[in-house]
Amino acid sequence: MNAHAAAEVAIAPNPQVTAARPLVRIVIVGHVDHGKSTLIGRLLSETGSLPDGKLDELKAVSARRGMSFEWSFLLDALQTERDQGITIDTSQIRFRTPSRDFVLIDAPGHVEFQRNMVTGASQADAALLLVDVAEGVRTQTLRHAYLLHLLGIRQVAVAVNKMDCVAYNEDRFRKMEAEITARLIDFGLTPAAVIPISARHGDGVVERTSAIDWHRGPTVIEALDRFEPARPAAALPLRLPVQAVYRFDDRRIVAGRIQSGSIAVGDEIAVAPSGKRAVVRSIETWPSMDAEPLHAGAGQSVGITLDRELFIARGDLIARADNLTPSGRSLRAQIFWLHDSPLAAGTSLTVRVGTAETRGVITAIANAFDPGDHAVAKPDTLAQNQIGQNHAGEIEIALASAVAADAYADNPGTGRIVLDFGGRIAGGGLVLALIRESATVAGSDKASAAERPQARAARAAALDRALAGLNLAERLAGFRKALDGAIVFTTSFGLEDQIILHHICEAGLDVDVVTLDTGRLFPETYTTWEETEQRYGLRIRAVYPEQAALEELIAGQGINGFYRTREARIACCDIRKVEPLGRALSGAQGWITGLRADQSADRANINLVSVDRVHDLLKFNPLFDWSRQAAQDFAAAHAVPVNPLHQKGFLSIGCAPCTRAVRPGEPERAGRWWWEDGSKRECGLHIAAGAAR
Amino acid sequence: MDRLDELEAQSIFIFREAFARLKKLALLWSLGKDSNVMIWLARKAFFGHVPFPVMHVDTGKKFPEMYAFRDRYAGEWGLDLIVEPCPPVEAVDPTLPPAARSAARKTEGLKLALAKHGFDGLFAGIRRDEEATRAKERVFSPRGLEGHWDVRDQPPEFWDHFNARLPRGAHLRVHPILHWTETDIWAYTRREGIPIIPLYLAKNGRRYRSLGDADITFPVPSQARSINEIIAELHATRTPERAGRAMDHEAEDSFERLRVAGYL
Repeated sequence: MNAHAAAEVAIAPNPQVTAARPLVRIVIVGHVDHGKSTLIGRLLSETGSLPDGKLDELKAVSARRGMSFEWSFLLDALQTERDQGITIDTSQIRFRTPSRDFVLIDAPGHVEFQRNMVTGASQADAALLLVDVAEGVRTQTLRHAYLLHLLGIRQVAVAVNKMDCVAYNEDRFRKMEAEITARLIDFGLTPAAVIPISARHGDGVVERTSAIDWHRGPTVIEALDRFEPARPAAALPLRLPVQAVYRFDDRRIVAGRIQSGSIAVGDEIAVAPSGKRAVVRSIETWPSMDAEPLHAGAGQSVGITLDRELFIARGDLIARADNLTPSGRSLRAQIFWLHDSPLAAGTSLTVRVGTAETRGVITAIANAFDPGDHAVAKPDTLAQNQIGQNHAGEIEIALASAVAADAYADNPGTGRIVLDFGGRIAGGGLVLALIRESATVAGSDKASAAERPQARAARAAALDRALAGLNLAERLAGFRKALDGAIVFTTSFGLEDQIILHHICEAGLDVDVVTLDTGRLFPETYTTWEETEQRYGLRIRAVYPEQAALEELIAGQGINGFYRTREARIACCDIRKVEPLGRALSGAQGWITGLRADQSADRANINLVSVDRVHDLLKFNPLFDWSRQAAQDFAAAHAVPVNPLHQKGFLSIGCAPCTRAVRPGEPERAGRWWWEDGSKRECGLHIAAGAAR
Repeated sequence: MDRLDELEAQSIFIFREAFARLKKLALLWSLGKDSNVMIWLARKAFFGHVPFPVMHVDTGKKFPEMYAFRDRYAGEWGLDLIVEPCPPVEAVDPTLPPAARSAARKTEGLKLALAKHGFDGLFAGIRRDEEATRAKERVFSPRGLEGHWDVRDQPPEFWDHFNARLPRGAHLRVHPILHWTETDIWAYTRREGIPIIPLYLAKNGRRYRSLGDADITFPVPSQARSINEIIAELHATRTPERAGRAMDHEAEDSFERLRVAGYL
């Protein structure tokens, strides 16, 4: 090798280079063991698509494992898949016919891996559903078919496999053909073809063999050749979800991918949900071209500049001013659910619509069902109030902030939602309708969906008893397990909070960790905050005061007006802490705090678990019976990061202007609002609204 | 839009999603054809800029042409280049077959670099059509504390919605060209005029189809002396792309073991 060889080969750009052949993505779905992997092996082998040596390699692997030759080894790339003889995760492989290129997506049929089936199938333009003629329609056959419908796949063919096991009997095939066709039509899918095959022997796959000479329809390869790639929705109105706004080289570029329609320089656009308007000034490209483009269409990732400085952010949706996207704070959707804990009314989760993301609470569930049920179900037995894992149903969600979306029937690209539960995608579905009158819907449904007060009080008392005898780690795990919905832990980075956070992180509990940044905290508190995030590798959700309310407060009482009167101080606490807390806890079912009973006389009567009627949730004080000494000992033993102010006599740390150190022997909270009379030293976070502080 | 336009649009979308969702990103530059396309796509996504560091985890055993290419284009493309070394082979799992063990140095180097810089997201230029375990990858692929890939518990990913919430101590691998093929890479390189390392072109009847460490990467027989000829050859060939990468072929599961431990 010549060390002084040229480091590069210069290549002149050539815009004429294209890849003209259509590419179609096909997902192969069906119940476990109905022959998906065998069919894929057969297709690849008979179309001459296998790499050299692959067949020999597979034969050698089969022999080494003392098994007869298994086609599934081709796609089951993971050791555990080969060991167990099942496909765990979705795989993709390419092959070509004279007319087009294909990507075959092999989706696992095993119920445990339905999330992987969804992942694979969501990328497909068309689907091939396999049914074993001897075993017939099974749970996963139906669930997969229904998911195809919800994922928006409309091109479907059915292969009735293992015809060799029924001696290629035409009557058996016709019976299966009638049953599966009826089921698919029920789910809103019309099969393009139903094909009798034997993947093992090759009948009906590429060759029309004599064994199935009674079959008049296409072979598998002919059916695949008739599928078309999904096209971007060019004919629908413009929808451009905003991914980000960049400032590069003095340009303010709004970036995103056009979901549908087209955009042109000079168009008047409107931004949902704000409704603000502007005119498109340019469409930006790199490398810059001689003539900048004047329009862009569906499917393109673009950057545009506008004729005025609108406040636009990620999550906004751009449309043409004459065809606005509807927006609202509540919506109805038909969804599938993948998480192992069922989705119930009252569950709080993150809802994603396009690039928008907001918290939401399930306010109602209707028509929950298992698409895999064999029995023809009666509607009255279907009505359920929760959606189990791998089941489907209709939900209504109240959203924390307004989002823009279309009904799926109007625009598939902007008519879909994804549900994120505990930091992981857990379900998704089609928007049926956006409900614009959020107040009435959310209000009335929440009342009907909420747990009855007596039932909740009894539940709190039962939990209190069940968890009291346990250690801290067990208490936290037990509380998490007892609640279906979101749990919020509010931390101010005090000693107790740090110990709780340590346990939450050690156990990896699904708890939303939140802090209320009043804007007036000690510098040491911010340092502790950062140190804590680094130590535990998490980002703590910070909630801030409402900007308008804060500006009004400062305009009224001045920057340090809280020292003047108790009322002024409480107004400040309300705006900087109490109101943000309400938002922090919105939609949660449980609230974890670091309160201890011996912190003050006010706190002497707190319980481990109680009902918080103000925030409509269960409040959990897992350290209620700890002493300060026990907390200090634990923190020292486990090197938990602590606020350095504790060392300097600050025992209870709040906002900097309103906290001082306490002398030895003084009550713990004596340093909070020390200039005020009396023992009521609370900001209002931990007492009922309206009560004296 | 033709297929290359669609591929490009999807990759740009992925770059922008990662940039919006993650705090501290870097792009892994192996100096090969795939990561060069990846850098090009990043510049498209961010209008000529690459707004995160580009990191070369250097085994010290690359071909001289590769180092020359790196040093020239890091400057010309305005990259914020980070070069991080790999530990010696003695520091690597001795139960791995020899070439895999040598390749695993990169995994160890990557772990050290992650610990040093604290990145929460790494762009990696792997593709589904390269190798069977890569075919099972997600676009946003979470890794554990040690860079470990939990293949049994990958989160669902659909409709271009990616999982970006990180478990404690973990990082994400982001794969902007996962959906591309080897032919797509070459066709796009040709269309856009992206420079390449000459080792990819045939000389004396052999060329490198995939570039890695000089001692465990071998040229394959080929007459392709231009990109057009490479593309024509790929349409006809039935030899897998990584045939010249020794560590893939030592044992049935050697490449899977590398990947589970954090290899790309």
